[in-house]
Amino acid sequence: MNLFRRQFLRLTSVVGALGVTGLSALELVLQAPSALAAVWNKPGFESKVVEEVMKSLGATNAQPSAEIHINAPDIAENGAVVPIEVTSRINNTQSIALIAEKNPFPLAAQVELLNGAEPYFYVRIKMGQTSRIQVLVKADGKFYTAHKEIKITIGGCG
Amino acid sequence: MNLNRREFLNILAIASANGLAINSPPAFATTGKDALYDLPPFGNASLLHFTDAHAQLLPCYYREPDTNLGAGLHMDRPPHLTGEALLKYFRIPAHTRSAYAFTHLNFTQSARTYGQLGGFAHLATLVKRLRADRPGALLLDGGDSWQGSATALWTQGQDMVKACKLLGVDIMTGHWEFTYGAKRVHEVIENEFAGHIEFLAQNIRTTDFDDPVFKSDTLRQINGARVAIIGQAFPYTPIANPAHFIPDWTFGIQEERLQKIVDSARQRGAEAVVLLSHNGVDVDLKLASRVTGIDFIMGGHTHDPLPVPLIVSNRAGQTVVTNAGSNGKFLSVLDLDVRQGKLEGYRYRLLPVFSRLLPADPEMSHLIESLRAPFISRLNETLARTEGLLYRRGNFNGTFDELILKALLEVNDAEIAFSPGFRWGTTLLPGEAITTEVVMNQTAITYPQVSVTQIDGLELKNRMEDVADNLFNPDPYLQQGGDMVRVGGLTYRMTPHNLMGKRISHMTLHGKPVVANKTYKLASWAPMGNAVQGPPVWDVLNQYLKAHPIIKPDKARNPIN
Repeated sequence: MNLFRRQFLRLTSVVGALGVTGLSALELVLQAPSALAAVWNKPGFESKVVEEVMKSLGATNAQPSAEIHINAPDIAENGAVVPIEVTSRINNTQSIALIAEKNPFPLAAQVELLNGAEPYFYVRIKMGQTSRIQVLVKADGKFYTAHKEIKITIGGCG
Repeated sequence: MNLNRREFLNILAIASANGLAINSPPAFATTGKDALYDLPPFGNASLLHFTDAHAQLLPCYYREPDTNLGAGLHMDRPPHLTGEALLKYFRIPAHTRSAYAFTHLNFTQSARTYGQLGGFAHLATLVKRLRADRPGALLLDGGDSWQGSATALWTQGQDMVKACKLLGVDIMTGHWEFTYGAKRVHEVIENEFAGHIEFLAQNIRTTDFDDPVFKSDTLRQINGARVAIIGQAFPYTPIANPAHFIPDWTFGIQEERLQKIVDSARQRGAEAVVLLSHNGVDVDLKLASRVTGIDFIMGGHTHDPLPVPLIVSNRAGQTVVTNAGSNGKFLSVLDLDVRQGKLEGYRYRLLPVFSRLLPADPEMSHLIESLRAPFISRLNETLARTEGLLYRRGNFNGTFDELILKALLEVNDAEIAFSPGFRWGTTLLPGEAITTEVVMNQTAITYPQVSVTQIDGLELKNRMEDVADNLFNPDPYLQQGGDMVRVGGLTYRMTPHNLMGKRISHMTLHGKPVVANKTYKLASWAPMGNAVQGPPVWDVLNQYLKAHPIIKPDKARNPIN
C-alpha cells in the first residue's frame, strides 16, 4: 500500500493554485504559475494576526463542521515539518485554508480547487510552539471551520 | 484537545466496572505458592504476556512508586493509585506477598521476606508450566526487552534476543529497541527472529512514502480459534528518545489506521482481536474508548501493573485493558473461550514472578550464565556500598536519582543537574553493593553523554514546564509516559493540575530565587541531539562512587505543595 505516492499524484493533478507561506516546509513545492498569481492571497500570507487572515479570506461567521477532517499528530515529532492532512466532505468545496494560530505568520496554506477537484491536501508546515490549527473551508460561498491542537515539545525522558 | 463528553462517560464506566466484573476471583489473599500458580485451564486459546523487562535477565528488586499522580479524568483511579489506596481498590490484603509485588509499602522488610521477582530462568519455568496445560498458547512481548542492563547495551541487545527466543516469545512490539538504531532492529528481525518471533507495529511508517516499516498484525489459529494480534509500538519514540536513531521512521497513535486493521482482521475471520500495546495505560484507556472491535489491549510502557484489568465501553462494545508492569516482575495469563466465531468468555490473571517460588529453568540459567560470562568480572566490580534503599520509580524523584544528581553536580562542579525521569532502573536494598552492573541498570542507554551548559532561569523553567506537561497534561494522548525530570541543586514546587506554564513555581537555588535572565551552570545526561559530546554518565557515577564508598541515600524530594 503506498498511500503517499497516490496522494502525490492526486495533489499534483487536481490542485489549481496553492499558496504556501515562506515558513512552511512544504513536502511538495508547487510554485503557483504566473498565470495564477492573481489568486495569491498577499495580505493573508503577510498578516501576523489571525483576525486579519480571516478578513483576507472573507471568512466571517464560519460554522463549525464535522465534515472537515484533519489528520495530524497530537504531538509533533519535529516542529520543523508537521504533517497535516485535510479532507473536506462538504459539497461544492471551493477552497481550503490552513491556519496555525500561534505561528508568526498564521496562514500556512491556501488551496483553491478547480471544478471537480477532490477537496483534499497534505502539507508539512513549520510550527514554533504548541498551537491550535484551524481549517477554513469555503463551499457555496459559505465558510466552515474545524480545528485541532498540535503540541510542540522539547521531548526527552522516555 | 480535551476529552469529549462521550469519552468522559466511557471513562466513568471504568470506575463503575471497578475491575470486579472479571470472571476469575483474585487469588491475592493467598500466599501459598500452589494457590498462586495453580491456574486451571479455561477456554480454548491462551495468551501469555510480559512487557518492559528492561533486560533484567536475573531476578531483581523493583520498588513500585509511592507517587503516581493521574491527570484530568484519570486522577485517583487506576493506574494512579499507589500504596494503601491501591490495596484497598483491588482488595489486596496488606502485608502479603501480593501487596509486596504491587506496592512500595514496607519495601525493604517485604523484599527481605519475599525475595526478588522476575529473572528469565524463573519466568521460563512459569511459562513452561502454564504452557503444559495450555497447548498452543502464544507468548507476547510488549517491548522494552532489549534495553536496561550492561550486558544488553554491550551486546546491542543480543543477550535479550537470545533469551527471548529461548523463552519462546512468539510476537513482539517495541520502544527502547529502536534506540539501537533502525539498522540493528532490522538485522535482528531479518536474522535471529526470522521464523521464530514476529515483530509487529501498525504505527510505524517511513517518513518519505508512508510505507509500513513492520508488519501490522498477524492472524493466528490457536486450537481452531482465530485470534488477531496487532502491534502498537510506543507512539512517541522520536519525541521521548533521540529521533536520530530512527531518522526515516514516523510513529504516532494512528487511531484511524488501527480501526481499519481491526475491521479488516474481523473481515478475515478473527474471532478475537488483541492489541499488543506499548502505549501506556492512560493512552490505552482513551484509545479503547474510541477505537472499536478490540477485545483486549495487553499493555505496557508506563510500568503500571494492573492487578485486575480495566474495562472500557465504546460505541460498539467494550475493550478490556491490561498492563503487565515491568522488569520481569509479572506474567499475564489470558485464557479465551472462543466458540462459533464468538468470544464467549475469558479469564485473566496477572501473576507476580516470585523467584523463590519458581525454581530456575536449567536451560535458561545456562544460557544466562554463558551470556554473562565474558563480562562477569566487570559486572561484579564493587564501586561503593549503600546504607539505605536506592530506587528510581516515582513521579518526582527516587533515591537513586538523587545519587545520580549529586554525582553530576559534584563531578562537574555544576549548580544545577537534570536527570531523565525514566521508569526503568532496579532497586537496591540497604547494605547491598553498588557494582558496575547496578550502575548500568540505571544508566544503560545508547545516548549516555553528560553535558555541561550555561542556561538561564527562564529556559530552565521552560524545560521543566515542558516535561511536566508531558506527564500531567489532562489529555492522555498528549502525555509521553515518563516521569518528571529529576532536578538537583535547585528546589521547586509543582502544582500538577495547573495548566502548561503554570505548574512550576518557587524555584530556588541555595535559598535564593532563580532569576529568569541569570545564567546557571547545568549538568545533564541523555541528550536528544546527536552532536552532544561528553563522558558517559556511568563514568561520572563511577568517579563519584569511588570517592564516596559508603552511600547514605538522601530522602527523595517531592515538590508537591
